Amino acid sequence: MATSTKVSIPRRAKRVQISSLLASTPMAIVAIGVFVVCVGYSVMLSFTKSRLFPNFNWVGLDQYERLWGTSRWVVSVENLLVYGVLFIVLCLISGFFMAVFLDQKVRFESGFRTLFLYPYAMSLVVTGLVWQWMMEPSLGIQNVVQRMGWSSFEFAPLVDPQYAIYGVLIAAVWQSSGLVMALMLAGLRGIDGEIWKAARVDGIPTWQTYLFIVLPMMRPVMITSVVLLAVGVVRVYDLIVAQTGGGPGMSTEMPAKFVIDHITARGNVGLGMAAATMMLLPVLLVIGPWIYREYVRPAKH
Amino acid sequence: MMGKKLFTATLGAGFMSVSVQAADLEVIHWWTSGGEQKAVTVLAEEFDKLGNDKWVDTAVALGENARALTMQRILGGDAPGAAQFNTSRQFEELIEEGLLLDLTPVAEKEGWTDFIRPSSILNPCMKDGGIYCVPVNIHSAQWLWTNKKVFADVGVKEPNTWEEFLSVAPKIREAGYIPLAFGGQGWQERHVFDVVLIGVTDEAFWNRLWKDKSVDAAGSAQMRKVFETFGALRQFTDAGAPGRNWNDATNMVITGKAAAQVMGDWARGEFAAADKVAEVDYGCIPGPSKRPYLTLGGDAFIFPKSSDKNLEAAQMKLASMMLSPYIQAKFNNTKGSLPVRADVDLSVADACMKKGLALLGDPKASITPANAYITEDTNGQIQDLVSTFWNEPSMSVDNALAVFKGIIEDAE
Repeated sequence: MATSTKVSIPRRAKRVQISSLLASTPMAIVAIGVFVVCVGYSVMLSFTKSRLFPNFNWVGLDQYERLWGTSRWVVSVENLLVYGVLFIVLCLISGFFMAVFLDQKVRFESGFRTLFLYPYAMSLVVTGLVWQWMMEPSLGIQNVVQRMGWSSFEFAPLVDPQYAIYGVLIAAVWQSSGLVMALMLAGLRGIDGEIWKAARVDGIPTWQTYLFIVLPMMRPVMITSVVLLAVGVVRVYDLIVAQTGGGPGMSTEMPAKFVIDHITARGNVGLGMAAATMMLLPVLLVIGPWIYREYVRPAKH
Repeated sequence: MMGKKLFTATLGAGFMSVSVQAADLEVIHWWTSGGEQKAVTVLAEEFDKLGNDKWVDTAVALGENARALTMQRILGGDAPGAAQFNTSRQFEELIEEGLLLDLTPVAEKEGWTDFIRPSSILNPCMKDGGIYCVPVNIHSAQWLWTNKKVFADVGVKEPNTWEEFLSVAPKIREAGYIPLAFGGQGWQERHVFDVVLIGVTDEAFWNRLWKDKSVDAAGSAQMRKVFETFGALRQFTDAGAPGRNWNDATNMVITGKAAAQVMGDWARGEFAAADKVAEVDYGCIPGPSKRPYLTLGGDAFIFPKSSDKNLEAAQMKLASMMLSPYIQAKFNNTKGSLPVRADVDLSVADACMKKGLALLGDPKASITPANAYITEDTNGQIQDLVSTFWNEPSMSVDNALAVFKGIIEDAE
């Protein structure tokens, strides 16, 4: 009897191992096949002189040299930095305020929730087009307000190269704040009611409770929001194409658009892949270790 | 269960037997404005009339978007039946990779090389003895479209050269009209740039720059003049220009908000669709230019290779139809472009089209578009530069010239 139990334990462990292995195989194939192999292939192509079709005429770092000598790319990266930082910060702030507002047990809460979350259900192409129309100087908001009598009113960011990126930003924040609100609201509802009672007993004002007690407790929610928003930032493409087409001039060009333009219409896969590789680098260097620190390592404790 | 399977199988077989005769031919094109749609409808309707095959329309706004879609679809193994390109080097690599249907059989039978004129319009289609595309029209880019009423109202003459334009434009602006209707999209900025380029230089310079890719020409005083003239136009457009579609800009001329627009002869279709009469309501000036030049570019269709014999038959049929005299006349009259064969009935041609046809007969007046000589990559770099220069008045002419020289130096 004793021997049989001894044998049966490793056997069961083995069976579990096989089934979990089987279950994770498809995911592993996708992860290795799609991500590792394809990313590796893309990086490899960035060292070649591939035009419309991939080839293996090695040119070393020539594509990278040309890339960083191309003003359009440099402008794209600058735009992404400005857009990315402001987008994440503004989404977090507006999302948090909307969540706090709903957390006050307001009337028609579900109505407001739907209203705030609604933009997120819209595709970025539709978002871009709608905001493009609203920001059109002779048809949109500017025209309406001017006709109501405020003739010096100006709101047409998209036609001014200096402000166009903020026009895109407004549309993007409008679209994504709802998602942050939903996440934050879930986080707020997850806060133990005892904490609120304790704070009230201690006579701490509500805003201070939110800022110094509740907000730090919502750290995981914040991180989830930032990661989701950051992913949206790096790949921002459809919004730009729909709203500005990258213009006026280069003022709203983005790295993802640079990549797509070069691997399709412009027939320069080598340069496009060099740009794609540059887009991958910050993700690997910054977001990778951060995710590891926040998610993977604490799980071991 | 068994019966159901059998039923599905019969249904499948039934479908297959139908598709033996007919094919759905998907066509990707970028003809989306009012006048253009009327023209493409001619092709679609006439093709459907020919028999069982069906034209499936995939219209994508903006040429660059349509071409990108076609490339993606072909590379991804989901090629359309036919796709529009410009007669240029845009699809060169698709030919080299053997992805396009060789139309030589039908071309030889019908004698394309004998009747297509000018013969240079067929050059981008030909590679290693095969014919891989069908040019359907000739478009010339160098036209200034004017609203006669606006010019009469301001009391100035319509300009024939860029110097004249720059001298009358301030008066037009003072009278409360927008001197230049402009669409601030990359390709339109580039378009006006090319028109200014040939307008202030000449054919020899054009060829030296694009055909020979001469770095000296790219950095010359003539090129400086081009950038200066182009930059001087900024002040004569309106604030709403960025992102505007070309046909919306044309509409500003039609409705008399703006005095003139630089656009290719495809703008004629918009005037016609608005029931305006050539040389009465609106004027068409070749250039503006010291002497008139027209680029002989145009649209062409390519037919991706397919293993489906029915589709291939339909592709050949469409290719042949596009060049038939009847379709050439009907299509080009609607679109405002010139036919690629001389023997078609042009009795309905209006004054502006006749101007174009007359210039077409003058070999000294025709030039080959830049994108027949340079790759899309180089073309794109120039477009980026032109667009940056246009939208950032702080960019100096010296700076722009230096970048331009660098691009020409690296061009293949």
